[in-house]
Amino acid sequence: MTPLPVLLPGKPALAGSAREGWREFFSGGVLVAVLAALAISILAGEARAQPGIGASPGVLAILLKWSPLIFQGFLFNLMVSVLSMLAGTALGLWLGLGRVSQFVALRRASGGVIQFFRNAPWLVLLFYCMFLLPFSITLPFATVPLPDAAKAVIGLSLPVMANVAEIVRGGVGSIPLEQWESGEALAFSRSQIMWMVILPQCLRRMIPPWMNLYAILTMSTTLISVVGIQDSMTLARAALVAEGRTELFIPMYLMLLSWFFLYCYPIARWTTVLERRFRVRV
Amino acid sequence: MERIADFFRWLNDAHGVNLSIFYDSLDRSRFLEGLWTTVELSTICTLLSLVIGVVGAWLQGARFGPTRGLVQAYIQFFRNTPPLVQLFFFYFAVGNELPHVLDQHGMLVPPISNVGWAVLSLSLFAGAFNIEIFRAGIEAVPRAMVEAAESLGYSRLGVYRHVLLPLAFRISLPALNNNLVNLVKTTTLAYAIAVPELLYAASQIWSEELNVREMMNVLLVTYVALIAVLVAIMGRWERALHIPGYSP
Amino acid sequence: MQQDAAALVVLSRVEKRFGDTVVLRDISFSVARGKTVCIIGPSGSGKSTLLRCVNALVPVSSGSIEIDGIEVNDPALDKIALRRKVGMVFQQYNLFPHRTALQNVMMAPIHVLKQDRREVEEKARRLLAKVGLAEKERAYPGELSGGQQQRVAIARSLAMNPLVMLFDEVTAALDPETKKEVLVTIRELAEDGMTCMIVTHEMGFAREVADHVYFTEKGVIVEHGPPRELLAHPREERTRAFLNQVL
Repeated sequence: MTPLPVLLPGKPALAGSAREGWREFFSGGVLVAVLAALAISILAGEARAQPGIGASPGVLAILLKWSPLIFQGFLFNLMVSVLSMLAGTALGLWLGLGRVSQFVALRRASGGVIQFFRNAPWLVLLFYCMFLLPFSITLPFATVPLPDAAKAVIGLSLPVMANVAEIVRGGVGSIPLEQWESGEALAFSRSQIMWMVILPQCLRRMIPPWMNLYAILTMSTTLISVVGIQDSMTLARAALVAEGRTELFIPMYLMLLSWFFLYCYPIARWTTVLERRFRVRV
Repeated sequence: MERIADFFRWLNDAHGVNLSIFYDSLDRSRFLEGLWTTVELSTICTLLSLVIGVVGAWLQGARFGPTRGLVQAYIQFFRNTPPLVQLFFFYFAVGNELPHVLDQHGMLVPPISNVGWAVLSLSLFAGAFNIEIFRAGIEAVPRAMVEAAESLGYSRLGVYRHVLLPLAFRISLPALNNNLVNLVKTTTLAYAIAVPELLYAASQIWSEELNVREMMNVLLVTYVALIAVLVAIMGRWERALHIPGYSP
Repeated sequence: MQQDAAALVVLSRVEKRFGDTVVLRDISFSVARGKTVCIIGPSGSGKSTLLRCVNALVPVSSGSIEIDGIEVNDPALDKIALRRKVGMVFQQYNLFPHRTALQNVMMAPIHVLKQDRREVEEKARRLLAKVGLAEKERAYPGELSGGQQQRVAIARSLAMNPLVMLFDEVTAALDPETKKEVLVTIRELAEDGMTCMIVTHEMGFAREVADHVYFTEKGVIVEHGPPRELLAHPREERTRAFLNQVL
């Protein structure tokens, strides 16, 4: 007696609406909305700026004046994100391999580490590293100073490491058993199978979630401003304090938000496109 | 209770490990209040974000194009910008623009407190993700089932309420739980606007007692344990709501 | 008992277009009260779309459909009033998986018709017993076989007290043993006097149960007649070709 299926099978696509193609990748709709909001706030600010009190510059002029400086801070955010991503990916790859290892003890230990760093809030890990990492590391040949930025990179690379490990685990787990079996039938050792058969195949599948992780990481780099490192957030706030005009607040924050948006939104879109492409292939 | 306190006092005197929250009642109460605030914040934001998710998913199915566009813009904005900057935007920028009111000291203050803004900002942030999660869950319900419900005479709202939403909810439960865990972790951002949640409470303790190292460890362990408990509870709930005969 | 032989369902020059594709063309026929019609034909001939037009799940592009005085193609149609008169069972994904069989049968009368819960429960129990599934009241759809699910789906539609029942290839996804249970249930329903419109591939079943059979291909009614005539001695070439393939 065959039962009828009661519900559609499989995991629902979680990357927004999956019906988007290259056209949607460049869809200006949302971008326009954000930039429009920015423009409106600037105009509103201009309108509210006191008219006729000396040569009081407009909101747009002030934003432009401070932009180069704040942008440098933004580049700093990006640099931190890239470094943390590299470090976290390198560590996470090994941790992930440990998670799928044939040795039970290694699997359990890796699992514990992954769970730990996935459960801990990113800000707390950041605080931990900022406060508890030493100011310099004494190596046999030299004393390497550890500046705040380096501590921040380490702090952010820890959750990245855990998430990359999970992505690796998911990727390896999605390769059908038959691949392992064919490798064994050809007398490959387990690590040979892993490196020559399994990993090359899952690399493509791991790219979309990995890119998604990078976008999340980039947005999380703003946390470093909370632990006292100067980035685009601190500079923007400093600029607001320096100017002292309340009608600048909304435009300034919207400007900062739109910079992050312009950087992360294309990544999110690209992730969706890649996901669809890789899914169809499989 | 006293024995424990004595033990930790001894630990501090003999070994310099200052876990003051165990022997100092003020510190302990501050810590526990911070923990409670975190729990409260997480709960309220979860509920609000679920409402936003349900309503937003409904609006995303609207026939009117601009409604759908508006919901999309909202989702993409909150998903692709840093939650910390969102928080600051709401608290400093928007909060400043609202007409100030007189508080009990006779000072002009913004009408919504920092806690209020934290709730609003975090709920909007988590809500954006929830809309997408519900949408994916709704799309996983076969069209034929919706037709079957319509054939029975259910209106569009009736189908949403009695068929789509209950099913979409069960299907989306793993993703929703994941989002909830992230929300609890994101409450730490409220530290930056002086909301007295756990991280803030801990920071107050360590700036007084100068036991940063101990408090950091306690903080880490507490959060990890809190979330582990949450994950366990969510797992039990998922199993309880499991639809017999359906394996995703 | 003298049955009122007036037509219950009347389709008049119904046409349905999806963009540039014409799926139904000049469909006209009627179904008298208490009669059963079967619609057969190759896939893509528009049979399912036809049923969906009758039930107002899909709007017609032109033409008219009338059921017991209700104009289905009227843009101001009260869909709920229509759906009380017309019940429909689909090929799959009928039942709501998060509710038991009994709850599935009870849901619509309670939510849509706002009937009293206890009365609805009694009636639901009777209906489930009628389709032979009294002991499966508390089972979830995922725990039922395909045939059992379809029978619960039939009971569920019957709970709304419809005048017409539409069946859209309800046994197509079932294997032979379970098919039989469902076909028997539908036959009993038809013999009890329910007006039925059945889209099916089961020619034997059509011969047994139908008062009239319509063969459609590419959106037009190619031929129609009483089953014994149409299935044994088809007049049109296309009908013959189809039946040769299927029988």
